[in-house]
Amino acid sequence: MSATPTSATADDVRRVIRTDALTKRFGRVTAVDAVALDVREGDVYGFLGANGSGKTTTVRMLLGLVLATSGDIEVLGEPMPGSARAVLPRVGALVEGPGTYPHLSGRANLALLDATGADGPRRTRTRRIDEALERVGLASVDGRPARAYSLGMRQRLGLAAALLRRPDLLVLDEPTNGLDPQGIHEIRTLLLELNREGTTVFLSSHLLAEIEQMCTRVGVLDGGRLVLQDQMDALRGPTGRTEVRTPDLEEARRLLATMPDLEVESTVDEHEGGRLLVRGAEPADLNARLVEAGVRVTLLSPERRHLEDVVLAATTSGTDRFGRAGASA
Amino acid sequence: MIHAELSKLLRNRRTWGTIAIIDALPTLVAVLLAMTDLGPRPGTGPAFLSAVLTDGTLFPLAALAMVLPLFLPIAVALVAGEAVAGEAQQGTLRYLLIRPVGRTRLLVAKLVAVMAFVVVTVLVVAVTSYVVGVLLLGDQTVTVTGPTTSISGSPMSTPELVGRTGLAFAYAMLCMLGVAAVALFLSTVARSPLGAAMGAMTLLVASTLLLTLDAAQALHPYLLTRHWLAFVDLFRDPIRWDEVVRGVLVQGAYVVVFLGAAWASFTTKDITD
Repeated sequence: MSATPTSATADDVRRVIRTDALTKRFGRVTAVDAVALDVREGDVYGFLGANGSGKTTTVRMLLGLVLATSGDIEVLGEPMPGSARAVLPRVGALVEGPGTYPHLSGRANLALLDATGADGPRRTRTRRIDEALERVGLASVDGRPARAYSLGMRQRLGLAAALLRRPDLLVLDEPTNGLDPQGIHEIRTLLLELNREGTTVFLSSHLLAEIEQMCTRVGVLDGGRLVLQDQMDALRGPTGRTEVRTPDLEEARRLLATMPDLEVESTVDEHEGGRLLVRGAEPADLNARLVEAGVRVTLLSPERRHLEDVVLAATTSGTDRFGRAGASA
Repeated sequence: MIHAELSKLLRNRRTWGTIAIIDALPTLVAVLLAMTDLGPRPGTGPAFLSAVLTDGTLFPLAALAMVLPLFLPIAVALVAGEAVAGEAQQGTLRYLLIRPVGRTRLLVAKLVAVMAFVVVTVLVVAVTSYVVGVLLLGDQTVTVTGPTTSISGSPMSTPELVGRTGLAFAYAMLCMLGVAAVALFLSTVARSPLGAAMGAMTLLVASTLLLTLDAAQALHPYLLTRHWLAFVDLFRDPIRWDEVVRGVLVQGAYVVVFLGAAWASFTTKDITD
């Protein structure tokens, strides 16, 4: 149950994406700085970062669109962009929004894309397109041109294009962009379903909640550097404090004060009644002692860290913020 | 890949719109000639035009001479300028490249599609101008009913005419390949398809202007458009090869240099749009 992978486990797990000292400079600006990504088979990997932190550049380098200044990339066990021809047919991707030929229908767009690919027999094309459209919820879409699609429909079409070839790895950059809550939920369900079927998902986003709900592993990019990379469980591990909610706040506080081994921090939330944070207690034991003394307990649970706190602690403000130096600290 | 590019080209309404516009000019000229019966005096005006008043079957060549200097190259600049920059602007370039389509292969497919556009355009112009020529001008033949004459005045047999027309067609294709190479290179550099097309058109206009300027005489042999109308020489008797050969060399140089530049620029480019 160790949070940090030892070298033994690192060799056991198949690496789907691995980068080593990956660096990209545009002129004098270093967009990506010595990034060492580690994505394992079966992961839903959340790639977090503020706008301008280098997420998209990294994703483009993984796909061979942007050429790295230095460093190595391995995708599905083979070097990129050197083995692009072998690797990319096994990868489905959505990079910075879908690209469509506006005068063609969704189906015609997918057919055209399929015709430019290296594989997939032609006679199964219609069936594969229908399946992909079905999966993303566009099964009954009509023949109107893609330019008449809503943002959400276009996003679904882009996902369908990524799924055309049943990829081993899905690389998705902001996939829920432009979708309504219902659509976001559908896409999340779809991605988790694909992941259960064996697809590794690499999900880049600036939406913490989205990552927190779906991902098993998280990497955080800040100013081009990977400041954090770990299993979600480890990041959201217990803080060592126990949260207690009780209507009998004062009694609880008095009682806890008599226990010298405990530290108590308390806050009172007007809507939800009293909330105490107790450090140094074993939750089950604490519960027994409170109830024994007649203190009513509404909720008692080990406190876990929120991804947001972890990420904020690891990062500075985004690059779209141009505050005065020292003013925002 | 080439199949997909051709299908993209032929399914685009704009392709056919462009061809229709190009086709409209010679058709208009034929109508005007037929109505007014006023041809340019022999030796002036567009090549062959003075001859078509007596023989409508020659009108396709006159039409080609009309569209080649301006209309066709502008259309080629537009289509080739859009080749890479247009895909980039639509956001489809990155999806093509991660299919994956090799960058060199994509360039070749784009170039083939542009040349296919030229062939289709020239064929459409040839067929319509032949039909229009025969319908409107063909029956005006008053004096000559014998074999078609070369522009040097001697008679030409039909197989000879077909052969020379083929040569002229190949020469015109090479000229358009030169424009396509320039526009394709700009298309790999420019952010917008319009920018690439405008760049190529600027070169065309500059070349045409410099050709009228005596002070630029030293540059004349190297200008893109310098030898374009040399295909007329293929219809002289005997054929005057020297300018045609020089034209082939100049166009060849443009094609090699700019396609090389396009390849070098595109295969090392960061695709960030």
